[in-house]
Amino acid sequence: MTKMVIFQRGPMDSAATLRSTSSRPIAGPSAGRPGQPDASVTALVRPVGHPLGHLDLLESLAVFIIREVAAESERPVLLFSGGKDSAVLLHLAAKAFKPGGIPFPVLHVDTGHNFPEVLAYRDAQVDAEGARLLVAKVQDSIDQGRVADPGPIASRNRLQTTTLLDAINANSFDAAFGGARRDEDKARAKERVLSFRDSFGQWDPKRQRPELWQLYQGSVRPGEHLRAFPLSDWTELDIWQYIRREQIVLPAIYYAHSRRVIQRDGMLLAESQWVTPQGIEVVEEATVRYRTVGDATLTGAVRSEAATADDIIRELATSRISERGATRGDDRFSETAMEDRKREGYF
Amino acid sequence: MSKSPGSPPTGGPRLGADTMDLLRFATVGSVDDGKSTLIGRLLFDTRQLFDDQLDAITVASERRGLGEVDLSFVTDGLRAEREQGITIDVAYRYAATPHRKFVIADCPGHLQYTSNMATGASTADLVLVLVDATSGLREQSRRHICIAALLGVDQLVVCANKMDLVDWDTSAYQHIVDEMETLARRLGLASCTVIPISALHGDNVVERSDAAPWYDGPTVLDALESAQAGGWASQHGLRQGNGGRLPVQWVLRQPGGGRSYAGMVNGGPFRTGDPVIVLPQGQYSTVRSIETADGPLPRAEVGLSVSLQLNDDIDISRGDLISSLEEQPTVTDEFEATLCWFHDRPLRAGDRLKLKHTTRVTPVIVERIEGIFDVNELEVSEAPELVENDIGVVRLRTAMPLALDSYSVDRITGSFVLIDELTIATVAAGMVGPPRLHG
Repeated sequence: MTKMVIFQRGPMDSAATLRSTSSRPIAGPSAGRPGQPDASVTALVRPVGHPLGHLDLLESLAVFIIREVAAESERPVLLFSGGKDSAVLLHLAAKAFKPGGIPFPVLHVDTGHNFPEVLAYRDAQVDAEGARLLVAKVQDSIDQGRVADPGPIASRNRLQTTTLLDAINANSFDAAFGGARRDEDKARAKERVLSFRDSFGQWDPKRQRPELWQLYQGSVRPGEHLRAFPLSDWTELDIWQYIRREQIVLPAIYYAHSRRVIQRDGMLLAESQWVTPQGIEVVEEATVRYRTVGDATLTGAVRSEAATADDIIRELATSRISERGATRGDDRFSETAMEDRKREGYF
Repeated sequence: MSKSPGSPPTGGPRLGADTMDLLRFATVGSVDDGKSTLIGRLLFDTRQLFDDQLDAITVASERRGLGEVDLSFVTDGLRAEREQGITIDVAYRYAATPHRKFVIADCPGHLQYTSNMATGASTADLVLVLVDATSGLREQSRRHICIAALLGVDQLVVCANKMDLVDWDTSAYQHIVDEMETLARRLGLASCTVIPISALHGDNVVERSDAAPWYDGPTVLDALESAQAGGWASQHGLRQGNGGRLPVQWVLRQPGGGRSYAGMVNGGPFRTGDPVIVLPQGQYSTVRSIETADGPLPRAEVGLSVSLQLNDDIDISRGDLISSLEEQPTVTDEFEATLCWFHDRPLRAGDRLKLKHTTRVTPVIVERIEGIFDVNELEVSEAPELVENDIGVVRLRTAMPLALDSYSVDRITGSFVLIDELTIATVAAGMVGPPRLHG
């Protein structure tokens, strides 16, 4: 008989005794003894879980991170795009300091290529949380000659980096909260919760600080800053479950609506002053929603009838395309598009 | 055309329930043992990969002329990692089965990236070890398992990988079982399961394999689904019944002039009316209310961010610790600790650094290097200094007193990091007390 797996802690150990009342450790199979109950079957009995569910734990850790960075930095700022992740981030920041107000301003890096609903939402939402809104405009960077004008219809996604870094320098921000999640992209999957940027705003993936336990060590030297990502461990599904639970208001474009769209590069782009049919492209009226909100020239809509958070959660269960894959033209340039942009100082 | 890794099993939706528990696990293994391939396989076979992500790794594999789809590209996302075919830094991935959410820290195997491995393991409930069945347990993996055990991870799932290359020979598997059993007993682990697999072909990862009829134990996914979850979040508090602790992060002003002290609960729960002591100053009070943004609670569980209002007007600021009166931590400015030293400059007696413990940062001096912990002998031997990636025992003296627990009792109030004063980099992971294994 082949000796199989296994090892379990002896009964002498107090922790093991305590554990045996609440759950069971993985048990080994009983090899070569047909007819006997297979121990691995009992191994599948679900242990008694932690009293807090996954949304409680994600929320709690995010609040912890926000408080920790706010306490350790001199001049923090929260980056807000009007998208769902930044809406959740703003909501968490408000919860972290209630009954007080959010002790830092909110910064929107405005490409100028906006969905009008998102701008209106931004103003209303920041106002509702009692936060102070700063807007850094890519157009100003173009007008000041900080970046070359790519033309009226080209994407301004990459130009945001200069505008963002200029705003960080001008305001001496030493910490910027962002809503990035590690499940969005393979480069983000590698980034720490606290991500250090040198005086050029660059991320160096080979020289990240060890980040142990919950000891978020947030000190920076003059000229450097850190990006803090409290939603690092959240997935798209977690975000939607949390939006539903907390009843967080989002821009209407996240829910199914009728819109005139143009099919381009496998994406549905909204017809707008920047996006008009080229060559054989045609405009069609479709029922769509957005999974992400970014520069209107390269953020695609998806065909969807999902009109509520419940509908969207059901829809995500069967989706075969990732959030950014479905909707973001900016990640299609190369295999490491996100890593390359992050190295330059992108969000 | 690249060879496809097979088709993922069909089945129900990937949707998780509204309330799932959360298992955090880290991977350990030497370079080329197949860690990233296993994670890629696990995600692929549980249908966590989206079509566009799969297309992208198919294209990337073709571009490098690999001939078949390299599932390791799922986690090895950096340019340099793909060029060299290695893992440099921890990649975090997420998966869910109907009632459990997984946070996966895919850690690098190289010695030079030990600090990254420790980063992944410090918050893990379980470690998934990859062992190449053609070569057995390597020194580097042994070291990383030992570091994970020192960090308090006491559940191990060991994958005897590349079993297809040894024709599913039971003796290759048996060799690893014997080796692991000895190690697991010496390290005092709570559980250790050894599973014969082929990450490349998916045998016994999610789907049971026909290749090893002699094995009727759990698949990798079975083992992950039945492991004890939430240990990191609840820490050793729930397991060992330690007293409640709340390291103060921020002082909130309540309407009407009162103050509440915000932080995350660890060690044990707090209830309204509980007698508490504020450390290090040593003032007594009782919990008047437990506040959250959603209203007051009668009881605050371990892992929850709350704020506490006390019945007495005490001067409390960030860095102080509110503790239950029962089972208090020790207040001291001199203590013994186990360090994982990450800096390329050696650590010697007399060195000055900064130390971050819970929410407090204080200057610290290394009084003495007690020795180096030998991961093979599991013994401390004398040494004049610690060099990069050494695990050592030191005696430290801090400028401000700290409220400490032994790491074996509480992972939060028993842990700290050391910070280089000049570069302000994190240069060591510290655990209060001598190297302690569970056994």
